[in-house]
Amino acid sequence: MIPNILSVIVFLPVVGMLIVLLLPKEKKTAIKMVSAVFTGLQVIIAWQIYVNFDTNTTSMQFVEQVKWIESFNIWYFVGIDGLSVSMVLLTALLSFIAIVASWNIDRAEKAYFALFLLLDAGMMGVFVALDFFLFYIFWEVMLLPMYFLIGIWGGPRREYAAIKFFLYTLLGSVLMLLALLVLYFNVKDPVTGGHTFNMLHMMDQANHAGILKQFNIRLLVYAALFIGFAIKVPIFPFHTWLPDAHVEAPTPISVILAGVLLKMGTYGMLRISFPILPDAMKWEPFLYGFVILAVINIVYGSLCAMAQTDLKKLVAYSSIGHMGVVLLGMAGLTSLGMNGAVLQMFNHGIVSGMLFLLVGVIYDRAHHREISGFGGLASQMPIYTGIASLAFFANLGLPGLNNFISEAFSFLGAFGSEAFNLKVYTIIGTLGIILTAGYMLWTLQRVFFGPLNPKYVNMPEVNTRELITLVPLGILVIVLGVYPNLLLNLMEVSLNNLVQTVLNAPSFLLGMQ
Amino acid sequence: MIVDYVIWIVLLPLISFAIQIFFGKRLPRQGDWLPTSVMFIDLLLSLIVAGKVFSAYDPEFRITRSFEWVVLGTTTIKFGILIDNLTAVMLFIVTLVSSLVHLFSIGYMHGDPRYSRYFAYLSLFSFSMLGLISVDNFLGIYMFWELVGVSSYLLIGFWFEKHSASNAAKKAFLVNRVGDVGMFIGILLIFAITHTFNFSEVFGKIAAGELSGALLTTAGILIFCGAVGKSAQFPLHVWLPDAMEGPTPVSALIHAATMVAAGVYLVGRTFVLYSEHALLVIAGIGTITAFIAATIAVVQMDIKKVLAYSTISQLGYMIAALGVGGYNAGLFHLMTHAFFKALLFLGAGSVIHAMHHEQDMRQMGGLRHKLPVTFATFLIATMAISGVPGLAGFFSKDAILAASLEKAMETGMLYHYTIFAILIFTAGLTAFYMFRALFLTFYGTPRNKEKFDHAHESPGTMTIPLVALAVFTVIGGYGKWFEELVRKPNLQMFAESGAVQDATHAATEAAAHGAHTIAMVLSIAFAFGGIAVAMLYYYWNKYSAEAVSKKFAGIYNFLWNKWYFDELYQATAVRGTLLLSKAMGWFDLNVIDGLVNNTARLTTLISFGSGTTDNRIVDGLVNWVARIIGWFGATLREIQTGRVQAYILMALGAFILLYVIQLAMV
Repeated sequence: MIPNILSVIVFLPVVGMLIVLLLPKEKKTAIKMVSAVFTGLQVIIAWQIYVNFDTNTTSMQFVEQVKWIESFNIWYFVGIDGLSVSMVLLTALLSFIAIVASWNIDRAEKAYFALFLLLDAGMMGVFVALDFFLFYIFWEVMLLPMYFLIGIWGGPRREYAAIKFFLYTLLGSVLMLLALLVLYFNVKDPVTGGHTFNMLHMMDQANHAGILKQFNIRLLVYAALFIGFAIKVPIFPFHTWLPDAHVEAPTPISVILAGVLLKMGTYGMLRISFPILPDAMKWEPFLYGFVILAVINIVYGSLCAMAQTDLKKLVAYSSIGHMGVVLLGMAGLTSLGMNGAVLQMFNHGIVSGMLFLLVGVIYDRAHHREISGFGGLASQMPIYTGIASLAFFANLGLPGLNNFISEAFSFLGAFGSEAFNLKVYTIIGTLGIILTAGYMLWTLQRVFFGPLNPKYVNMPEVNTRELITLVPLGILVIVLGVYPNLLLNLMEVSLNNLVQTVLNAPSFLLGMQ
Repeated sequence: MIVDYVIWIVLLPLISFAIQIFFGKRLPRQGDWLPTSVMFIDLLLSLIVAGKVFSAYDPEFRITRSFEWVVLGTTTIKFGILIDNLTAVMLFIVTLVSSLVHLFSIGYMHGDPRYSRYFAYLSLFSFSMLGLISVDNFLGIYMFWELVGVSSYLLIGFWFEKHSASNAAKKAFLVNRVGDVGMFIGILLIFAITHTFNFSEVFGKIAAGELSGALLTTAGILIFCGAVGKSAQFPLHVWLPDAMEGPTPVSALIHAATMVAAGVYLVGRTFVLYSEHALLVIAGIGTITAFIAATIAVVQMDIKKVLAYSTISQLGYMIAALGVGGYNAGLFHLMTHAFFKALLFLGAGSVIHAMHHEQDMRQMGGLRHKLPVTFATFLIATMAISGVPGLAGFFSKDAILAASLEKAMETGMLYHYTIFAILIFTAGLTAFYMFRALFLTFYGTPRNKEKFDHAHESPGTMTIPLVALAVFTVIGGYGKWFEELVRKPNLQMFAESGAVQDATHAATEAAAHGAHTIAMVLSIAFAFGGIAVAMLYYYWNKYSAEAVSKKFAGIYNFLWNKWYFDELYQATAVRGTLLLSKAMGWFDLNVIDGLVNNTARLTTLISFGSGTTDNRIVDGLVNWVARIIGWFGATLREIQTGRVQAYILMALGAFILLYVIQLAMV
């Protein structure tokens, strides 16, 4: 096995970026090839991680821990468990696919691919960091390339969208930074007794001290973290950056945004908010607020999706609904729901990635995305229609395809929660099942069925490069739909442990039990 | 051993689907032989399974095999196969109808541009349907439930260029989803309480009293919601008539014989889940459906629409039967109905094929000599569904009517007597509208000479299935074995203490006999009454149907417009949802995002204000300081003359000044 495998997977793209930067900007193919090779290598390393991952332990694996900034007790501390491993796999896979999908970028290629690789490194870093400071650094590292990737290579309203994305995320970052500092100064390093950024130390409630135990400051910290992560998920009403950013971003960046970046919100909650401040998470006003927002996400997101006339915007709003299911699954604190939620994070990454790629395919050909502007494509592009139907049906939760089982588990977990009574909320949430089917089938009908729009009689069928991006995801949709154990096995032990830890954690809340 | 057969029965169509969807076009004859022969192999295997199962001749025969599908902490989700007499019967029905429909389709779909795709979809459907009837748990049945739904969607919308077809497909899926979500919530509820999906385990927990009372009733009704959708029961029956947009063999297979019966199967399979209160609801829904659909069928002019409403009505009978406790009767009717309704649809398909895709009976007439085989078999099926003694439909429908009367006598409730009365009356209606369709199609004078002249009997691939189904329609009703093997399950069977024989069975059977005789007499009377009226109007033409429809125009329009259900749903549910979605979209764009943009605008404004302040005042202050310093600098520069003498003089002066200050300080 490769030593320091996590550092390798995080910094490989950085090496790739440096090589891209050294290449002259005229060598476009070389730049693309280097990017493809490095993200491809990343996939191979991710596979190594998958193969070598020990599914029977709750502790962190592939850990690397080196002192970084001694005076502040900041460590380069990385490691993964069942929660992060699926996200690492997802990031590697989608990054590679997004690079292939970027092949037709025809403007400032050198900058694009360099920024993309930097973004890749940042995302990977977020999922492996176990030192909160390091986590924050990686979190911020993602922000800048994303801003430029949307702002330079995006659609007509790219600048507006990029700034909006940047400001929203920055607001989240600031709140996270505040929470981070409160935690830093009020969690004792069990060895030295000093301050610490170590997340594992923060999770141990015995290390909490100072104002974390006074004035219910914990609730404020939790709220700050929540908003910071909620913006990323995104949770209503912090979601309006998403439709703009997704629509304006070039196709591969939309894939990354929906596939990976949204997951950081829920990942952050599960990695940081829940285990570090379990009592605040379980505090009923917060918990039921959380669940209500989850349900709003599902129903409101689905209804908004139905109202869209732009295909890409529809897919974007659909993400809001599906992330709501993730939140609902997490909230019940059951092993079924938690596994369903994290599986849904992965599955949604696959399916929404596919959907954005599919939108990209016809956008490249028709140069518009108006749903009503198509019609009858099924007779002109049968292969494309077949793949699109697969993705559409996966998105509406057809059994046998991946989204079904994760959504079903999320609902089952929330409904069966013994810690909280979420039954009514879950039932309202199931409305999303009907609404999603409604807008997906309606879209399928408007785009693919009916007589062929005469404008598109010469619309070329999906090409090989596009197939390379779509087919692997399509295969995963089916494989994970039939045999979700491939991923559940990885995450199950860690997630069950997370659920138990949060459930059994003591409460430091004063006068509010 | 038997289980292995069943696994192959389920998997073979899946394999043929996979081959057909990817390579179908490249295979000889576009691969139609592959799914077709696979289905006949399946039929053979089903016969072997049925032989093995029935030869045990044990009503409690039961084999299961399951494997662990997902293990999460303490939760283990198993997936498995359950084979009992009911499964064996269902396997036989599905593979029989499916293989005949495959064969029929070779002729019917000949020359279609998506011929190979059609057979792929048929295989997908067969796989899903066979899975649905073999699986041993709620989650599994829900999964296959959705998969048959999607196969049905694909086949209804097979001619997707037609707007009406893609609309019908979408409508079918969405209406079904409404029921399915109810079923899903029911599964959530059952799982939350019993922590298992497995049928036997759930029933065991119910027997142990873990799930009871109002919760049990709620769970039962929620699960039943799924059946309401799939089996096209009131109020979700509206999708089935539209589903006739699909190719006619598909209507025969999916929308008549098998998939729509899945709801009935579901209720039968989970029968012990339904409390007395839930059964009241089920019986009521079934009866209302049987009646409403029959009244609509009376006025329809499209031959497939008549059959569609007749299917809804007959499904209503089955559901009603289960609701009144006629477990065996309901499922028996499921079987016989599969035979004669598939036959009716395929017969209609043969007529439509002969008439070059004409479905309007006003364009038909006099076809009996042109299509002798089709006519003969259609006649047999019509007699069967009408309840002519000796044919399959008579026995099963009679059993249903007897069961409902028996229930009424047992409870003495007006509710149950009403159900019996409506069902008897509807039996008369059924005989009337079916013979009406028969006369309009095959008797009288041809009303469209041109199409009539071109009409010809269908090829062997299409008539053989008709004859085969006709045989089953004749012999299918002699089902003593069915009555003895497909026995109503009770909770004791699933109790931990082991199987306790139902001691009351013999007693109720004796009491039922009285009810049976009354029901039989009435049902024969109503059947012949219905046939007689149909003959008066459409055979002897003694009376004019048109005159009646003019006289009772109000009722006629009400029926012609199918009780205005579509209009009602369009105006409420569909429009409501769309309006709400539009409103939410607007709200999101203008209110939420407006808030964000206005915050941004406000921030820009403030920053502009502070920018100005900064420029004028803050920076002004800074500049002013700079200017003062500059003035000092300019002034003081004057003394920097470069002459050493002057510097010494200044130093001396400064020294003296400091010395004086020091002295003064001390």
